[in-house]
Amino acid sequence: MITANHYVILSLILLALGIVGVMVRRNFITVLMSLELIFNAANLNLIAFSHRLGDLAGQILAVFVITIAAAEAAIGLGLIIALVRLKDTVALDEASEMRS
Amino acid sequence: MPFLDLVWLVPLFPLLGAAFNGLVSNRRGLPKSVTTTTALLGSGLAWLWGWAAVIQWALTEDRHQAYVVTVFEWITGGSVRILDGSLADVNINASFQIDPLSSVMVGFVTFVGFLIHVYSIGYMHSESDRAYARYFSFLNLFMFSMLVLVLGSNLPVLFVGWEGVGLCSYLLIGFYFEKDWCASAGKKAFIVNRIGDFGFLLAIFAAFAVFGSLEFTTIFPAAAAHPERYAAAATVIGLLLFVGAIGKSAQLPLYVWLPDAMAGPTPVSALIHAATMVTAGVYMVVRCNVIYRISPTAMLTVAVIGGLTAIFAATIGLVQNDIKKVLAYSTVSQLGYMFLGAGVGAFIAAIFHVVTHAFFKACLFLGSGSVIHACGGEQDMRKMGGLKRHMPTTYWTFLVATIAIAGIFPFAGFFSKDEILAKAFAAGFTNLNGFGTVYALLWVLALAGAVLTAFYMFRLVYMTFHGDFRGGHEAEHHLHESPWTMTMPLQVLGVLSIVGGFLGFPGQLFGRPELNRIEQFMEPVILPIGHTPHGAEHAAHHVPLSLELGLILLSLAVAGFGIWMAFRFYSGARAFERPRRLAERFPLAYKLLLNKYWVDELYDATVISGTAKLANLLWEADARVVDGAVNGTRHLTVGTSFLSGIFDLRVVDGAVNLVARAYDVASVAFRRLQVGFTQGYAMVMVFGAAILLVVFLVSF
Repeated sequence: MITANHYVILSLILLALGIVGVMVRRNFITVLMSLELIFNAANLNLIAFSHRLGDLAGQILAVFVITIAAAEAAIGLGLIIALVRLKDTVALDEASEMRS
Repeated sequence: MPFLDLVWLVPLFPLLGAAFNGLVSNRRGLPKSVTTTTALLGSGLAWLWGWAAVIQWALTEDRHQAYVVTVFEWITGGSVRILDGSLADVNINASFQIDPLSSVMVGFVTFVGFLIHVYSIGYMHSESDRAYARYFSFLNLFMFSMLVLVLGSNLPVLFVGWEGVGLCSYLLIGFYFEKDWCASAGKKAFIVNRIGDFGFLLAIFAAFAVFGSLEFTTIFPAAAAHPERYAAAATVIGLLLFVGAIGKSAQLPLYVWLPDAMAGPTPVSALIHAATMVTAGVYMVVRCNVIYRISPTAMLTVAVIGGLTAIFAATIGLVQNDIKKVLAYSTVSQLGYMFLGAGVGAFIAAIFHVVTHAFFKACLFLGSGSVIHACGGEQDMRKMGGLKRHMPTTYWTFLVATIAIAGIFPFAGFFSKDEILAKAFAAGFTNLNGFGTVYALLWVLALAGAVLTAFYMFRLVYMTFHGDFRGGHEAEHHLHESPWTMTMPLQVLGVLSIVGGFLGFPGQLFGRPELNRIEQFMEPVILPIGHTPHGAEHAAHHVPLSLELGLILLSLAVAGFGIWMAFRFYSGARAFERPRRLAERFPLAYKLLLNKYWVDELYDATVISGTAKLANLLWEADARVVDGAVNGTRHLTVGTSFLSGIFDLRVVDGAVNLVARAYDVASVAFRRLQVGFTQGYAMVMVFGAAILLVVFLVSF
């Protein structure tokens, strides 16, 4: 029997994977994909509890998150293209102009 | 035939010629042949078209009606209230008019002007291409201005031409501007003219204020219809107009520019003295004859100035040694006769004298140009003599013109001068306007002037053409007759000096008034005044026939006496002896005349040095007060700017820098956070979220 606990644990695993991916990967594309993992961890949680409580609000919120994630992906890909044009690389640590 | 309706082409042709020669030939330095063709086209077409228009007008139009051709609306300025309280439209057209007076003027101006153009080709051939183009450009412009002047149908258009001839005389008199005295002579002509023009301009304003219009066809009939109402205004307008005429036509006291105008090339002198410029004043007075006839004061002024100038200039001419100076003073004197004619009511005779004078004075000037050309630029008659053998054509034409100006029957000058003298006598005899004594006195002066004219002109001929050459062997070697372009105009003008007088044959003396062509033709110009029936005014000033014939004999005798004197003084083996003795006997009188009554010096000492002093004073005031104020302001500005600069630098910049410094110091700690590494920021975010989570959990 799959309980809410299982979902929460899966979502925690996904969240952890995402955070680690964002923080340690140098490739901007991978970082973006890791971000998607974080989003989806949140989504999984939302849908699981929506099902458990029989309240559709959670699912609606999930749809919103997906939409926003798409927008975020578009912006992120745009940034990648800009970075490639500027530095001819997708390595994030190359873009360090903000260092004081 | 479109000649009449396109009469504006008459001034346009020379204007185009002037524009081409001035803007293209002169700048590009085109060859002389191109310049010559353009200039001759400009003046020649004006001549042909002008004559065609006049002939068409004479054949098809009513002689008593001026034919006005409007080219465009020039000045439109709404309506203003004039002196009599009514509203008048300011509406001035650029329009031309053909009437007997302007057709006579166009007739001889274009013709004589064209001849002078032809003559100039020979005279100016040694100039550089560019100077040659400049010369012909100015010459054409002169023709244009004079044609606008005589064709204009209202005072402003006349004024445009009036200023135009003033400008052109300046340009041409100062043609050799690299010589200082030529440039000064040009300036002198222009400035003296401007003094007169000032009066003219005031007259235009006054005329508008009185009549509410400036069209000749409006103001003159209006003035003629109500002579009493406009008499006072006519005095003002007439005198102001005459101030303009005094300047333009070189009368006392503004004649001083004309003798100096000799600085220009000789054909220019001929143009100024014969066809254009100086005749403008006479033309204008005759054009405005109605104004003068209803104002006895203005008319008397004209006569007095004219009569005095006639004798005054003639006396100076007696002793001058520069061939062109003699001719210049003779022009001033002859212009005096013309104004005397106008002043005694003989307006047509004045114009008649303008025409005959144009013939013989152009001939004399061109002849003197030919002489100067032959003598290599020498103008002093004391270094000439005996030129008759070397240049026969010049001699004979010159002699003919001299006889004409002396007034010997049947040459041109006899008829016109005699008519003026007769009218002056008649004015005294019939007590015209109650000033009979003055007019009689003027007649005596004019008669004395006629003796002097005959004397100084024949003196000139004897000194130049008779006796032996006094200029040395070297110069004698170079003596030569001028080329045909120079002698041809001389011959044409010489013939006209002989026959030109028959235009105004005094047929009325023999009961055949129709023989006096010019009088018959121009009679519509003299509008009847008030309700006097036509011709009554004329009849009133008549003297008995026997007296008139006596007058003619008298003036002939007077001219003959002058010639005889000249012959005695300057001819034969003992030439020059008598005048020298006379000069030694009366040194003061001789010096007075030789130095031209010291009028130039007088003007120098009074008007010119006064003006110079005033200018100096103003300059000093300018330098001290105005410049001082400006400089003071500058110093003040510099001082305040300096202070303001210090304030800016210390206070304002200091405050700004202080704020920046404060932030700089305050941000030392926070600057460390900016690692510039994307994932570093992400790490901070995650730890922050973790801390929040811990806080959240602990607080429950």
